[in-house]
Amino acid sequence: MLVKMRNPKREIEMGGDRTVNHLLDALDLVRESHLVICNGTLVPGDARLADDDVIEIRPVISGGC
Amino acid sequence: MVAAGSKCRSCREPAVIDLPRHNANFCAEHLQQLCRRQMQKAIEDYDMFGPNDRILVAVSGGKDSLAVWDMLVEAGYEADGFYVGLGIGDYSDESTRYVTAFAEERGLRLLTVDLRDEYGYDIPTAARATKRVPCSACGMSKRHLFDKAAVDGGYDVVVTGHNLDDEAAVLLGNVLHWDIEYLARQLPVLPAANGFPRKAKPLVRLTERETAAWCLLRGIDYLVEECPIAAGNRHLHHKGVLNSIEKESPSTKSAFYLNFIDNMAPLLADQTAAASGDLSRCVRCGAPTTGETCAFCRLVDKASAHDPVPVELVLGKRGRR
Repeated sequence: MLVKMRNPKREIEMGGDRTVNHLLDALDLVRESHLVICNGTLVPGDARLADDDVIEIRPVISGGC
Repeated sequence: MVAAGSKCRSCREPAVIDLPRHNANFCAEHLQQLCRRQMQKAIEDYDMFGPNDRILVAVSGGKDSLAVWDMLVEAGYEADGFYVGLGIGDYSDESTRYVTAFAEERGLRLLTVDLRDEYGYDIPTAARATKRVPCSACGMSKRHLFDKAAVDGGYDVVVTGHNLDDEAAVLLGNVLHWDIEYLARQLPVLPAANGFPRKAKPLVRLTERETAAWCLLRGIDYLVEECPIAAGNRHLHHKGVLNSIEKESPSTKSAFYLNFIDNMAPLLADQTAAASGDLSRCVRCGAPTTGETCAFCRLVDKASAHDPVPVELVLGKRGRR
């Protein structure tokens, strides 16, 4: 699957057939700091992803002072 | 993708988000209901404002300020937006586009001020001219201009999009230094006093993951990229620490902040009163100040006399820290 990430913007290919939580763990990302969007739809941690999915991992942390 | 096994706590339809702090999952409709209820609870519990008050929402183009503006308008409040052009290179150009598009698409009133056009400086230049961190000049400029716009426009309250993560991170920073004066002022609503308008933070019961989800589900385009100058600041570090704790112990973050407001803030109330003694008026702009000339006017003097500084120079300086 194609995984789109931010800060900095980049795209990586990863093997599918894993849950959202497993994907975040594999990328060493904290769930509380991210939303995961699969093929344009927001998905929870136990959603199972497939090889042909396009995933956006969107950070939600902002530095407002 | 295979549909998630988790179901919405309210309707048992497939969930779109898991919220460990609520030990629950929610579908799109009931996540929005949760957000609406949490905002309304904050407004009522902390007596932020009423249905007839005129609200000025400080907007940046990010998720939180656009979310709170959207939620207030949807709930029937009279809320206009106020945007400050900070001159932080492409980041500010993008922010302007998101804010303007949001207001135009919804037919909302947006007031704008551009620091370079109206005061002769921008944030990178102010940082260099004052030899202080950019976030300091940025925060001070915005607070002054929010206050001025609210007073000049006859608004009853200034609303900002500060969320639970913002407040918990600031609280952690204040506790780590036991800064009593800042702790005493860290309230979800500050009353109008001494020429300052009332200020309220209706999103303090919502995490930024929830406000981001609100924007996504409501089709709100916002600037996802972080302010390039803020990257790596102490505030973001504190957020990361709290989210690491939250991962191991869900709902700790909300308990940390909301229990402070309920249990600790009342004990600091006399500190707030002591810190808000009588103020004089700035001889230049009339804003409340402890001195003859307010901090904003002094900043304008220094920054507008300085040659413009490109944002890249400020980024380079932070990067070497």
